Amino acid sequence: MGGYFSDIFNGSKSLLIGMGITFREFFKPTVTVQYPYQTLKMSARFRGHIELIADEEGNPKCVACGMCQRACPSGCISLDSVSVDIEVDGKVKKKKVLSKYDLDFTKCSLCGQCVENCNFGAIDFSKEYNLASTRKEDFHFNLLKRLEERNA
Amino acid sequence: MSAPIQLRPDETFILNVGPQHPATHGVLRVKMEMDGEYIVKAETVLGYVHRMHEKMGENRTYAQYLPNLSRLDYLGALGYTHGHVLAIERAAGIEVPERAEYIRAITVELNRVASHLFWFGAFVMDLGGFSPLMYAIQDREHILDMLEAVTGARLTYCYYRFGGLYNDVDDDFIEAAKRFIPRMRKSLKKYAALVTGNIIFQKRLEGIAPVSAEMCRKYGATGPVARGSGINFDVRKNEPYSVYPEFDFDVPVYHECDSMARYKVRMDEMEQSLRIIEQGLEKLPSGPIMTEKKPKNIKLPVGDFYQAVETARGSFGIRIVSDGDKNAYRLKLRSPTYSNMHLFDEACEGMLIMDALAFMGSLDLVIPEMDR
Ligand code: SF4
Ligand code: SF4
Repeated sequence: MGGYFSDIFNGSKSLLIGMGITFREFFKPTVTVQYPYQTLKMSARFRGHIELIADEEGNPKCVACGMCQRACPSGCISLDSVSVDIEVDGKVKKKKVLSKYDLDFTKCSLCGQCVENCNFGAIDFSKEYNLASTRKEDFHFNLLKRLEERNA
Repeated sequence: MSAPIQLRPDETFILNVGPQHPATHGVLRVKMEMDGEYIVKAETVLGYVHRMHEKMGENRTYAQYLPNLSRLDYLGALGYTHGHVLAIERAAGIEVPERAEYIRAITVELNRVASHLFWFGAFVMDLGGFSPLMYAIQDREHILDMLEAVTGARLTYCYYRFGGLYNDVDDDFIEAAKRFIPRMRKSLKKYAALVTGNIIFQKRLEGIAPVSAEMCRKYGATGPVARGSGINFDVRKNEPYSVYPEFDFDVPVYHECDSMARYKVRMDEMEQSLRIIEQGLEKLPSGPIMTEKKPKNIKLPVGDFYQAVETARGSFGIRIVSDGDKNAYRLKLRSPTYSNMHLFDEACEGMLIMDALAFMGSLDLVIPEMDR
């Protein structure tokens, strides 16, 4: 019989302690961010989809070596290059110029192998996270075009 | 007027829990033969999120397989990637700088706390308490912010590399981790008062769903499930790897074998992880985070390699059979929840269905990790 009453007493006490904690939490400042009205700044190393980096003249640094394409586990990157003649010191030389750089972001796992394997520092992660669409095609990025748009 | 239907006294019916059910926390199906509210027989049906991760490991190069490991257990992903890089490094004989190993241990432990916090919240929610989930997620958010600042991702990390790390940690991370430890200790006290001491919680867990040490051995259960049944086994202590021998920490073991014991093991483990993080931050050596000659195009020597690590859910093992090529000939992942889940069928015979669901919560299941 004694156990019965002490059970009731201890049980009620534990419930009151719990209620005290939740009551105190009630008056703590709100920490939730009201997205999309408020947004947070992404940290410096946040990995968004990859983006081409331009040199001083605004041309892509990429030399179309294809290392990133080979390193990618999911085959997201497809690139192409054209050979153009340029004149250096009066001599005509052939140079590979990037003509296409497409990223299929639907398959990307943001692993960073492409960025790591590029010896020319030509790609980096963007801070883009507002990506939402009901169409798959919206995640096929033409990175060369995006670079031109940024330059313009 | 017709007579009311007479049920045979031994009549049972089949109840399907899942594959889409909030209590299973994923696509898991349990076929239960019920006698009223009591379970006569249960059968777990797996495979709804099978993604052939083992096969993928066989037709990708070792480096290309890195992102896969964090897609097994999305709550404690770093532990799994740690196992993978350790296996390859040992097989290929790659030296890892000390700083890199320390950072690995710190981040793995942070991830373990985050994983246990989420389990704690979800488990209490299964039992009908909602507020603890919100508090746990708030604490976990601090860890995710810290990990995002170093790894660039919040859940599916791809941070460790063969021979080191993707990038170094900065002072901000160390400061944030140092601030987090006292905060988390305060929270653990709060959880103890709010949940562990709660009478309803205790009555629903104490003495319920006993899993004997014998049964744990029979099904190969590891991690908090085995430690809640009195088996003192932790890979970090029993088969030390990485820099764990340098840390002073205890392995919580409870002998009650019930759901409460499994709960207490995880709650105590969070404190032990905090201790490891504290010591790791203190001892963190300076130096490089990558071996001098960054390994490229790794080929393992011909042979059979195995590495086990202690993840948040138990002992995770990766076995690689190599024929000397740049991808594995056979790759096997031993995932802890797969084994832990299998004792469910036997243990829940004769149990009330609500106790069985609480029991399932105490096993800490992550379905994608089970199915792989
Ligand atoms: S981050 Fe990884 S998956 Fe994404 S494009 Fe680069 S290499 Fe491919
Ligand atoms: S590795 Fe770098 S330079 Fe080579 S193709 Fe890729 S982005 Fe261009």
